[in-house]
Amino acid sequence: MPTYEVVIGLEVHAELITQSKMFCACSADFFGAPPNTHVCPVCLAMPGALPVINREAVAQTIRAGLALNCTIAEDVRFERKNYTYPDLPKGYQITQYELPQAVNGWLEIDTPDGSKRIRITRAHLEEDTGKLVHENGVSLVDYNRAGVPLLEIVSEPDMRSIDEVNEYLTRLRQLLIYIGASTGDLEKGAMRMEANVSLRPAGSQELGTKVEIKNLNSFRAVRNALAYEIARQEKVLREGGQVEQVTLGWLEHEGRTYVQRTKEEAHDYRYFPEPDLPPLHIDRAWVEELAAGLPELPRARRQRFVEQYGLSRKDADILTAERAVADYFDALVAAVGDAMPPKKVANWVMGDLFRLVNESGLPISGIPVTPAKFAELLKLLAAKTINANTASQVLKTMFRTGEDAGAIVEREGLAQVSDEAALERLVDRLLAEHPDEVARYRAGKTQLFGWFVGQVMRETRGKANPGVVKKLLEGRLAEHGQDE
Amino acid sequence: MPKLTPDEVRHIAELAKLALTDEEIEQYASDLSAILDYARQLQQVNTEHIHPTASVLPLRNVMRPDEPRPGLAPEDALANAPERQDGYFKVHAVLECSQ
Repeated sequence: MPTYEVVIGLEVHAELITQSKMFCACSADFFGAPPNTHVCPVCLAMPGALPVINREAVAQTIRAGLALNCTIAEDVRFERKNYTYPDLPKGYQITQYELPQAVNGWLEIDTPDGSKRIRITRAHLEEDTGKLVHENGVSLVDYNRAGVPLLEIVSEPDMRSIDEVNEYLTRLRQLLIYIGASTGDLEKGAMRMEANVSLRPAGSQELGTKVEIKNLNSFRAVRNALAYEIARQEKVLREGGQVEQVTLGWLEHEGRTYVQRTKEEAHDYRYFPEPDLPPLHIDRAWVEELAAGLPELPRARRQRFVEQYGLSRKDADILTAERAVADYFDALVAAVGDAMPPKKVANWVMGDLFRLVNESGLPISGIPVTPAKFAELLKLLAAKTINANTASQVLKTMFRTGEDAGAIVEREGLAQVSDEAALERLVDRLLAEHPDEVARYRAGKTQLFGWFVGQVMRETRGKANPGVVKKLLEGRLAEHGQDE
Repeated sequence: MPKLTPDEVRHIAELAKLALTDEEIEQYASDLSAILDYARQLQQVNTEHIHPTASVLPLRNVMRPDEPRPGLAPEDALANAPERQDGYFKVHAVLECSQ
């Protein structure tokens, strides 16, 4: 039985972050608005209305193209893609076809065999369509979304597994959010995917017949639809059949694809240059200005966290997953300075801080514990003024009240008890009060050691220096053993 | 040059959402072929050293700042709608797919 290799390419549509629509001044912030309240003669296609290009949408497309290592075209032109469907009031969509804004780039992803470049064929700018609600034999049309700037990113068929597809989508989304081009909010439809997939005998260089799957609105839908389609194609090929070139839709709730159209009825879009929009000639200086304004990109940042901070790649990946988190960590490490190694700072961020952030539901940029305040706490810990347990408690209070660490420690008398004589008296008293436990410990139940530590911490309200407590308990428990 | 075939005319009519009678198809086959012949004359011009041109206007880089402005009032937006429902334009159900 031959084994088959999977070949997958993706088209990703991402709504760009702009204030106004692509070709008119209607607000692009349409989500959740009542239907047809963000519309004007241009995006409703009233006769005589003329489009004008939104400069920021072009800038965002160039930024995305640069972040995807693309060549930024100088000569760019919009064209009309003609088709008749009610989501498109003009009867055509304005898009870039022959002269797209960005071409020939790549996005690097992680695979079990190391880094891999997925080539980007093109990234171009177009307008989004309206939304249709189908019910009882009628379609209800809302044009609020019609004309919102949309970035289409087309990859080469370079992905060889569903895992690679998932990784590509995750990295692409991360990148678009980093550069502020898209919210990446899949639940609000800010990213929509189409996949093309074919199978070929392992080792073959020729491409098999590809099938396109449309309407994929979540990464999960992409994974499920591909798994379904790969299994279907493999069955067809194993039975000696041929895969038909079709366009499929995906029904997530039913877990199956359906045929949207076959090759014979493929659309004839009759593209032609948009006569209402003069062509663009992109000035090199503008491109350079946009390139200079790009933030450090996630992959470079991850690498820096590994090299500069000595973090593991896994930890660096977690801390650079979101730009705001990486910004927070950079600021925190700088504020902590030499007091604590970055690796230890990372553990505090990924442990206690992430837990509090998740519980609060706040974005990390909006939490009361700023990097400067957190740094003060970690410095108290590093100076052994407080112990780790107390630091954890103080962080919780800081998160709730926004107070400074020093003020909380002073007010609540939380400075660590390292006074050996005082702790010694306490340990002696506790051992005298618990002869049974001491006997059991002596008899070999050494797990009780932690219980003794816990008793001391309870008595000191968690403030005792754990190193001193441990040393004292070890000494005393051994003595008692010898006495009898 | 040969005339457009009736099937080609039907395909174009389908794309334009036009329902044509057989006589009209015959008529359009001639009319459209004449237009193509006319365009063919232009193709005889030597354009070897001419940069491909999509617009003859002396305009480039016409862009506007990204500043939102209020659009139409909902009542005006829907004024021309043949039918409406709850603020939506209402049209006959159009399903592109063959479920």
